[in-house]
Amino acid sequence: MLSGENLQHAFGPVRALDGISFALTAGQTLALFGPNGAGKTTLLKVLAGLIEPQGGTAQVEGGRAAVGWIGHQSHLYGYLTVRENLLFWARLYHVPQPQAMRRADELLARLDMTERGDVQVRVLSRGMMQRATIARALIHDPKVLLLDEPFTGLDLAAAAEFRELLAEFAGTGRIIVLATHNVDEGVELATDIAFQSRGRFVHFAPRGNRSAPEIAEQYRRMVGIDGGRGKREGERVERG
Amino acid sequence: MTLAQRGRIVSIVGLALLAAVYVRALAFTPVERFQGEAQKIFYVHVPAAWSAMLAMGLVGCSSILYLIMKDPRYDRFAAASAEVGTAFSLVMLTTGPLWARPIWGTWWTWDARLTLTLFLFFLFLGYLLMRGAVSEPTLRARYSAVLGICGLVLLPFIHLSVYLFRTLHPQPIVLKPSAPSLPGNMLATLLFSFGVFTLLYIGFVTQSYAISLQHEARAAANA
Amino acid sequence: MGEEESGKGNGSSVGDILRDAWTIARKDLILEFRSRTAFLSAAVFTALVLTVFNFGRDPTAVPTLDLAPSILWVTFTFAAMLALNRAFQLELENQALDGLLVAPISLQSLYLAKLIANLVFVGVVQAVGLPLFVLFFNVPIGGVLLPLIAVIALATVGFVSVGTLFSAMVIRTRFAELMLPVLLLPFLIPPLIGAVQMTAALLEGRPLSEVQGWLRLLAAYDIFFLAVATILFPNTVNE
Repeated sequence: MLSGENLQHAFGPVRALDGISFALTAGQTLALFGPNGAGKTTLLKVLAGLIEPQGGTAQVEGGRAAVGWIGHQSHLYGYLTVRENLLFWARLYHVPQPQAMRRADELLARLDMTERGDVQVRVLSRGMMQRATIARALIHDPKVLLLDEPFTGLDLAAAAEFRELLAEFAGTGRIIVLATHNVDEGVELATDIAFQSRGRFVHFAPRGNRSAPEIAEQYRRMVGIDGGRGKREGERVERG
Repeated sequence: MTLAQRGRIVSIVGLALLAAVYVRALAFTPVERFQGEAQKIFYVHVPAAWSAMLAMGLVGCSSILYLIMKDPRYDRFAAASAEVGTAFSLVMLTTGPLWARPIWGTWWTWDARLTLTLFLFFLFLGYLLMRGAVSEPTLRARYSAVLGICGLVLLPFIHLSVYLFRTLHPQPIVLKPSAPSLPGNMLATLLFSFGVFTLLYIGFVTQSYAISLQHEARAAANA
Repeated sequence: MGEEESGKGNGSSVGDILRDAWTIARKDLILEFRSRTAFLSAAVFTALVLTVFNFGRDPTAVPTLDLAPSILWVTFTFAAMLALNRAFQLELENQALDGLLVAPISLQSLYLAKLIANLVFVGVVQAVGLPLFVLFFNVPIGGVLLPLIAVIALATVGFVSVGTLFSAMVIRTRFAELMLPVLLLPFLIPPLIGAVQMTAALLEGRPLSEVQGWLRLLAAYDIFFLAVATILFPNTVNE
């Protein structure tokens, strides 16, 4: 169970959260779209416990221990091996050692990384690093997974692979919130769609039967900006 | 009347009274036996140092209040107090040598008051420099509060260090008639000066506070 | 998350704080050991500073015991400054700091972890610097080694307690490497004076009872600033 009630937060004169309320239960995957500056990252940070909202409350069943976070960065330590990284984070989340080791092996196997398990992260390829990042976020079996613009800097192939991996883990009794400013990403994974603009939800509804182009069109109309056909920082533009 | 105007009036009155202090000190207060005319800078020197310390103390208290209440007014006040404290410290640090030279023959001495004020000056400078290096207002306020509180806690340790150092390594005689043991006339001048500096502190801080309010209003309008 | 803040699940008991702190500190030390760059730079820097001091004095003049304590402590202060910067720099790589903040650990454990890691790091650098110092300046360290180490430890705890707090702040400011010394040095002066006085007393064979006042000052400084830093630390990393 993940919910927010009238969340308010401002940075100086900028209102990042202006009365956000919602509730999600296990099995739901929310794709949160919005332009830069709409407050998506702020919302996710409030849900993760990184920011104390100036107004309103956020509730996460299970508290911080139940939250997994994936942002643009990997949160991995370069001079530790993949396994060492996983065990470190598991220890911080108070996962008992034997269970942590078992889970690390499982995740490495599912992500097809077992041979890389004892390699230092700094020598991993970009693709492997992505997988390691997912493993890190899942090592403590979080009930809630928050993803903040995880596709940043990924080319189309890497993004597609990432989506596949996410799809594997989505809907397995977890709540997932995926924030991005590109409407093309993450729609297929979602059970629910929300548009955030200037700190408010201008749309929040189950995905229903809408297709990705339909949603993109709707986004363009409601939010009033190009929903993502343009070039993003660090990403090569590819059509088709 | 706006805050800035009120501040300006208080400051002007304070400055006028400061001139009065000078007049009184120079013309109407007896000359000290051992140190001659040069001793009279004492009447400006001591209250200035005291005001700098008051400023630091208030920065610290305001910082504590800010962290508890999260009210930006406390942060604004702390910043204003720090600016004024810097100014007073600078005054003291420049008049100090001017005084030390004729009395002891050196420009600088590790006299307790001078040393303390030097410390305060560096603390204030660090505080203001850090404020300049952080652009986000809430972060800046929080960091400043942390620094302010640490500065406040440091004050007694500075006093202790200076005291301990001087008991182990006695310095040349410092003019130290402490307030109660001063003869009537001199005491009166000193107290008058204290009052004037406190008034100046209030006036300057009010002005500084008002100016930062204006800056924020302008920034918000431009945002 | 709303009012659950204090019941952050498993992070808040003393046992948890210590355990989590050790988890993080251990990770820091493993990283330092494997990458070695920071440690080597600090050690080399210490040696260089001592060398410079050595060439900066007139070898025919009065024996160096006068200035020796000051030289030692200036060197240690500079070395500590270098060491402090890396503690939170480590977490900037791949934004691991955010990961630490999301984890269900109390922020006090993060402070304690960085404190421990810093103390070990600075301690090792000092273990390199002290013998060099004894060597270069012909210091009669003889029977006073243990008390000297105690004095060094006492002063270093003071330096590092405030330094760890400030280093968490400066990583988010412009010119972090310059800001840290500027902010920190005024705070280091009381323990520095005490350390120099006590070191001088020890090296000259005077009984420590002479400098009791400094000993007490240093101890009080450590206690107060450890407490203040622990309390204030969450304000430096929270958003």
